[in-house]
Amino acid sequence: MAKIIVVTSGKGGVGKTTSSAAIGTGLALKGHKTVIIDFDVGLRNLDLIMGCERRVVYDFVNVINKEATLTQALIKDKRTKDLFILPASQTRDKDALTAEGVEAVLEELSKEFDYIVCDSPAGIEKGAQMALYFADVAIVTTNPEVSSVRDSDRILGILQSKSRRAEQGLPPIEEHLLLTRYNPERVSEGEMLSVEDVEEILAIPLLGVIPESDAVLKASNQGTPVILDDQAEAGQAYSDAVDRLLGEQRPLRFTDVQKKGFFKRLLGG
Amino acid sequence: MSDNDFRLKGSVVTTVVLEVKTSNLDQIIKGLKDKIAQVPQFFDQAPLIIDISQIASSVTLDFFTALVDSCRGQGLAVIGWRTSQEAIPTWRLDYDLPMLPNANSRQINIKSEPTAPAQDPQVVVKTVIEEREVSQPTKVITKPVRSGQQIYASGDLVVLSQVSAGAEVLAEGNIHIYGALRGRALAGVKGDSSARIFCKNMEAELVAIAGNFMLSDALQKIIWKDAAQVLLVEDTLEIASL
Repeated sequence: MAKIIVVTSGKGGVGKTTSSAAIGTGLALKGHKTVIIDFDVGLRNLDLIMGCERRVVYDFVNVINKEATLTQALIKDKRTKDLFILPASQTRDKDALTAEGVEAVLEELSKEFDYIVCDSPAGIEKGAQMALYFADVAIVTTNPEVSSVRDSDRILGILQSKSRRAEQGLPPIEEHLLLTRYNPERVSEGEMLSVEDVEEILAIPLLGVIPESDAVLKASNQGTPVILDDQAEAGQAYSDAVDRLLGEQRPLRFTDVQKKGFFKRLLGG
Repeated sequence: MSDNDFRLKGSVVTTVVLEVKTSNLDQIIKGLKDKIAQVPQFFDQAPLIIDISQIASSVTLDFFTALVDSCRGQGLAVIGWRTSQEAIPTWRLDYDLPMLPNANSRQINIKSEPTAPAQDPQVVVKTVIEEREVSQPTKVITKPVRSGQQIYASGDLVVLSQVSAGAEVLAEGNIHIYGALRGRALAGVKGDSSARIFCKNMEAELVAIAGNFMLSDALQKIIWKDAAQVLLVEDTLEIASL
């Protein structure tokens, strides 16, 4: 049985798709057969981040409507072994996602894969609810600012009340906090919430802190998951997060203000 | 029937009491006539109570009836009579003028004869309706109450975790929060003004008891990010530290 992971946030633009791509790739790099599903029907982005937009023929909605088989719709990643992508439809909307259809697709994928990563759309409406309904694990992606934290809190409430596990009285969804776009300098200047502030408000275990980094934007534009950039702090932070997701202990990195050395300042690092 | 139709209330009226010391009716009437002649306006239709306690044992119904009639004949308004507790005459019930209690007691204790039970004592049909206040069970929440969630308790509410900003907890009784209160807490929502809110960390958006509320701006000036209780004192919310 595959473990179903939903990457969710409530608020848009906090890094759900970037995190889905990075964590899915990270799990595959660790040798687990992984599929990333784009639930953002109508606003398809995952294929761009994964750099496979030109290979999309069939999509998630086609599979739900039985217009294509899973084998036809799944895109095998060219860089990473054991990694597949199931893209969203750009021409449809969220109503195309039916609970029965999504369940059937997830059940079929469960037979073959170790991990199913569901990239949730923003909001708390049907698309987001479908993405989290069948989840075993939730990665709540949050930026260190009040509106993002408030929306994450809302999503945590929905995870506890409107998921399959909640409705069937099964053990609750495992919740993890992933703090993205973290800037230690701005935190020290009081412009951003600190890791401790967010942890205190949301009261769920911390999976990782991803520093704000140009490498993320660069990776997105190149269609390469940032986790593959092992020189970038963001890439290393995602690797740590994947290790922690798999039960390993990793110390928190990149959360303190670093004093820039002379050469670093000179070279603009 | 509306409450405006009439009102029942207690009242005290000054009356004249005629204390009878002899059973010689003629003497009494003569003396009374003399008294009335001195100040006739005062005695005209004056309410009168006849007190026979000093000669109670010798008073007969005939004597008493004649006494009352004579007093009325003198223009007095006899409103009742009284006697000592120990000497209540047997003809009491045959006379329709009210028997009044003595000056210092509010009631007359009359020994009643035991009446025979009308029904067969073997058959006892009893309808017992017991009314008692049933307290509503306390609701206990062990997980954080998240933004957008609403919890309602018909009795007391205990939250063992936090109440997030944008969440709302309501109870007809008290609210206890063993974590931070960042959302809204409304206790005594059905009007119980003795309900209170207790929390370990006061950062509420709003607190209310029986409809009296306070917003975070006001709370910040009293107690903030500290243990506090909220109670209602004479229709004013009070925030006290714990």
